[in-house]
Amino acid sequence: MNPLIVEIEALTKIYESKLRVVAVNGIDLELKQGEIFGLLGPNGAGKTTTISIATTRALPTSGRVCIAGIDVVKHPAHARRHIGVVPQFNTLDRSLSVYENLYFHCRYFGFSHAQAKARALELLAQFLLTERKDVYPAQLSGGLAQRVQIARAIAHRPTVLFLDEPSAGLDPQSRMAMWSAVEGLRKEGITVLLTTHYMEEADSLSDRLAIIDYGKVLALGSPDELKATYGAHTFFDLKLKSLYGLEPVVATLKARPDVTSAEATADGLRVIAASSDGLLPDIVQAASRFGLRDLKITEPSLETVFIQLTGRDLRE
Amino acid sequence: MNSSTEIRGQGSEIRDLYGPAIFFQAFLGLFLRDLRVLTREFLPFLLRVGMQPLLFLFVFTFILPRMGGANPMAGGIGGGVDFGTIILPGLMAVAIMFSGIAAVALPLSAEFGITREIDDRVMCPLPLWAVALEKVCFSAMQSIIAALLVIPMAYYIPAVPVRAHVDNWFLLALVLVLASLLAGSLGLVIGSTVNPKQIGLVFSILVVPITFLGCVYYPWAGLVKHIPWLSVAVLFNPIVYMSEGLRASVTPSVEHMHWAAILVALVFFTCALGSWGLRGFLGRVQS
Repeated sequence: MNPLIVEIEALTKIYESKLRVVAVNGIDLELKQGEIFGLLGPNGAGKTTTISIATTRALPTSGRVCIAGIDVVKHPAHARRHIGVVPQFNTLDRSLSVYENLYFHCRYFGFSHAQAKARALELLAQFLLTERKDVYPAQLSGGLAQRVQIARAIAHRPTVLFLDEPSAGLDPQSRMAMWSAVEGLRKEGITVLLTTHYMEEADSLSDRLAIIDYGKVLALGSPDELKATYGAHTFFDLKLKSLYGLEPVVATLKARPDVTSAEATADGLRVIAASSDGLLPDIVQAASRFGLRDLKITEPSLETVFIQLTGRDLRE
Repeated sequence: MNSSTEIRGQGSEIRDLYGPAIFFQAFLGLFLRDLRVLTREFLPFLLRVGMQPLLFLFVFTFILPRMGGANPMAGGIGGGVDFGTIILPGLMAVAIMFSGIAAVALPLSAEFGITREIDDRVMCPLPLWAVALEKVCFSAMQSIIAALLVIPMAYYIPAVPVRAHVDNWFLLALVLVLASLLAGSLGLVIGSTVNPKQIGLVFSILVVPITFLGCVYYPWAGLVKHIPWLSVAVLFNPIVYMSEGLRASVTPSVEHMHWAAILVALVFFTCALGSWGLRGFLGRVQS
């Protein structure tokens, strides 16, 4: 039996200012205990707003969010006991050392002096920070600060941990370290909700993920399910010098049984195919008359799933 | 609630407290954190709050009287009362106000600004208003220390001894606490409504004027006698009631406002500024 840890129902958030922005437009999500759930979408898709509402830092326009059965709008202070947050930016207490950041965080959550001290030391050891316990946050590198933030976020043993773009601004090595730290949380049974716009991150970390754009969930499932359902396709993106007289070629390609779709783009041609066997030479040959400048092949991945669903690339 | 406690699993170290008890723990935690930061920087804190009254007393009650008659304020105002006695409560009020602003407005504007540390503080298991209240309470504690620090200075520095005499300790305590909460609330208003970049400007266009027009260096009764229109105009200035309240309790021999009027005004301004500051605070931390 897997109790639901996070329940998001028909959530909307509209910012009414000079410009009316619908940041979240009817999102439903349910997270089971112990799973790592990814929220994947481009910048501005509504990921951070969704997390802000779930972590009581923003109020929804309508809809409901419950964390461990507690309504976050009605009882925000109680809900926060179950929530750990690693925000997008470094919010470590600049006036306190690394150890004190952890120690006082525990005190905020009702630990006694002895309990807070023990927990802080335990976390320092777990996150390999013991040597840096007396260092102040301003002296930490981005990767280390992120590690302290994760340690702090789980210090009060929350039921669910929210990671908002955890690898933004991290170098590849720190990113790997952060991933393994998140993997490590799985053993502790903590439910994790992370937002990201990195495909690899969503793919390798999450048990299940939701692809969102324009404030809506476009697809939901395990990375493999999503790839099987939406993305078992290879993309061929061609850049051409001349587009004149391309239509017959597009039509010919479209007619092939192994091609799912072919269309002219602003600067060339995009062919989506179920299988790439034997197709590549034919495409290249057909395109050579138009001055082929560049060819990009995207193998079946979350990226192709995403393009399939939204019609646009994630990194823009 | 039961199911959520089970979910937390074994080895949970959080004491299972519900309702006000957890809030109190979180409030205490925030207070301890602020205390830790303050004690680490205690000397700078003392210098910050002590320098202004120290120099003020030194110049106006030590140097000028010795220069003989050069003190433009000698006598005159309070019917033969020396200047040291007039400004002791005033300097305490200024110490309270500056300390309130330095303890709430400046850190808050930094936390709202570039560091966004406030995002972490508001994740404490405590209602948001209580996070703001903790800031005001902690600053009130600093204000009280700052005000008390002025007393020994006023005892040792002036050439003519200050005639301080507390008849009513209860009134003094009440005025000190209310004035300090008022200063913290003012700090909350400034910290949560002013753009961090313009916090310096606030000192010139707000803090300095309300200090100079706050009956700090002259008693309100003096204004009533000599400049009646100004005595009415300054009634909108909360610092007036801080100075007059301290005057009523520390140097009662100097003519002052009635204590009941002072207390009502202090409570009114604390509530008004407090709720304004809180609205600003909530607006900034929750979208």
